[in-house]
Amino acid sequence: MAIYALRKLAFFLGAVFVASLAIFILIRAAGGNVAAIVLGKDATAEAINALAHAYGLDQPLPVQYFNWITNMLQGDLGQSFRTKESVAELVTARLSVSVPLALSGLLLGLIIAIPVGTYAARNVGKPSGAVLALISQIGIAVPVFWAGILLSVLFGVKLGWLPTGGWTDWRESPIGAIRSLVLPVLSLGLIMAAVLIRYVRSAVLDVMNQDYVRTARAVGMTRTQALLSVGLRNAALPIVTIVGLQIAELIGGTVIIEMVFSLPGLSRMILANVAAREVIVVQSTVMLIIIFVIFVNFVVDLLYGVLDPRVRNAA
Amino acid sequence: MTSAKPHAIEVKNLEVTNGDVTAVRGVSFTIPQGGRMGLVGESGSGKSMTALALMGLLPMGWSTHGSILHDGVDLVTQSDKALSSRRGRTLSMVFQDPLSSLNPVRRVGDQISSVIRRHTGADRKVAEAQTIELIKQMNLPRPEQLVRAYPHEISGGQRQRIMIAMALACYPQLIIADEPTTALDVTVQKQVLRLLNGAVRDRGSALLMITHDLPIIAAMCDTVAVMYAGRIVEIGPVQEVFRNPRHHYTRGLLDSQPTMDNIALDGSSRLVSIPGMVPPLHSLPTGCAFNPRCPAATDKCRETMPELGSDGISAACWHPINVAGEVAAQ
Repeated sequence: MAIYALRKLAFFLGAVFVASLAIFILIRAAGGNVAAIVLGKDATAEAINALAHAYGLDQPLPVQYFNWITNMLQGDLGQSFRTKESVAELVTARLSVSVPLALSGLLLGLIIAIPVGTYAARNVGKPSGAVLALISQIGIAVPVFWAGILLSVLFGVKLGWLPTGGWTDWRESPIGAIRSLVLPVLSLGLIMAAVLIRYVRSAVLDVMNQDYVRTARAVGMTRTQALLSVGLRNAALPIVTIVGLQIAELIGGTVIIEMVFSLPGLSRMILANVAAREVIVVQSTVMLIIIFVIFVNFVVDLLYGVLDPRVRNAA
Repeated sequence: MTSAKPHAIEVKNLEVTNGDVTAVRGVSFTIPQGGRMGLVGESGSGKSMTALALMGLLPMGWSTHGSILHDGVDLVTQSDKALSSRRGRTLSMVFQDPLSSLNPVRRVGDQISSVIRRHTGADRKVAEAQTIELIKQMNLPRPEQLVRAYPHEISGGQRQRIMIAMALACYPQLIIADEPTTALDVTVQKQVLRLLNGAVRDRGSALLMITHDLPIIAAMCDTVAVMYAGRIVEIGPVQEVFRNPRHHYTRGLLDSQPTMDNIALDGSSRLVSIPGMVPPLHSLPTGCAFNPRCPAATDKCRETMPELGSDGISAACWHPINVAGEVAAQ
């Protein structure tokens, strides 16, 4: 297992390095004199040069890349041109919105998808199974923003139970913060669930017909016990894989949901900074998100090793 | 076949169907306590479906009719929950492919001890000690280490011994072995069979051995039932059936077994095969299902289904072969 974990760690670090190069190149490839755009039309050449110099934008690209990486490794993510706020602070402030949103959305998706997908697999060929498959199909077809708007109209406008948007900070009122998150999490979670149900269903269906589930029954388990204790344990492998792959999808979903419910999350911050050509902010924040996605996949790989002794030994 | 002791299993008019398709039709047999019956036939003859029906483990969509008396109850009428409390305890099964039949993500020791705990209520320590003991009985090396292995870490022969240990853990009245050595190397087949044979005998369990390998039946069983297209076409004591088969299908099966006599070293093999193919279940010929392949078939065979007699040895055939090897004119 240790060797397996080390190998996966090496992959993780390699992927992070490649991703950092890609981001750096892509953002710089957008072109234009960043300092000039930041300062606006009326800026003098001296002011532009001074800004470029202050942020190291006048240095050759490899040097800029090297500085960015070494600073990041020391925990310095750079700062905003305009507000001079450090990226680390900007990001931390936003994480208290985005992290609960993304994690609860994923969790809700799983809490719905695992039992419903299992139920759909057990009732394959029956009307109840077909209805679930249909609902899941509809859920996949519904764009996340539309789900958000519908929920907001129903619970926010018609019933008036929850805010239609906006944000109450945790420090101000934890209950208020939770109330502002309910509809966004619901929209995200339902759409995640719709996608995951299909994967859970097919994973469980596949496992259900395996000989070892029959053996579990042959030595005394009921059909349901065999499915839940032997089947789901084995179906966990493909499900974990899909969850890992869905993380990128999840982050895309939070961007849209933060817009729909006007939440001051990480994604909205990035979009605003892209518009403002805050190169350093965008570069570092996107890098953080990518590290997170790669990290989740690293964890998924490790989980694989934990869940399946065959994977562990093959490494 | 009336004895004072109850039978290990008594199957009457078993039918296994899925919609219009019937895989097993009118199968009846009895295995006394400690008795051993072999079930032979080609692929698709209904042997495995019969076994799964006895266990209540038929795939989705298949249903069982008739009666299966075991341990004082008719298994056909039992719920999955009631059956599950018997499976692994009073009747159990060894499957063909031990690699796919063992849970790949659980240590083999845990797989065995969980069966013991489930059925005997023993605590973890006791069950683990019994597991080690069972593994020793299976002639497996280093039982203390082996219990910690996963199925993919041990050999095919070892896996099948683990399966056998699981099936025998609770001293069942009846053990069904469905081609238990087909997936194994030829060199370990004999060892595994010898072990199964001894372990079944030590426990006084009855055995239903399913195979297409006739010598295995001859060595391990006292009665044999030959299945063709979902029916038993001949049943009787092994020695008698194999020495003087009455049904032409049994005859064909025996003739198509390779032996030192009928494999000539110069390549001019005298191995006989039965012409034609097993008919598909949904379009069986009328009359005797074997008639298109039978050398002795007459119009009667094509019109009317012959029934199996109720005495000890019997063949469902209008023109059975007699002791002298001649075909009855009838």
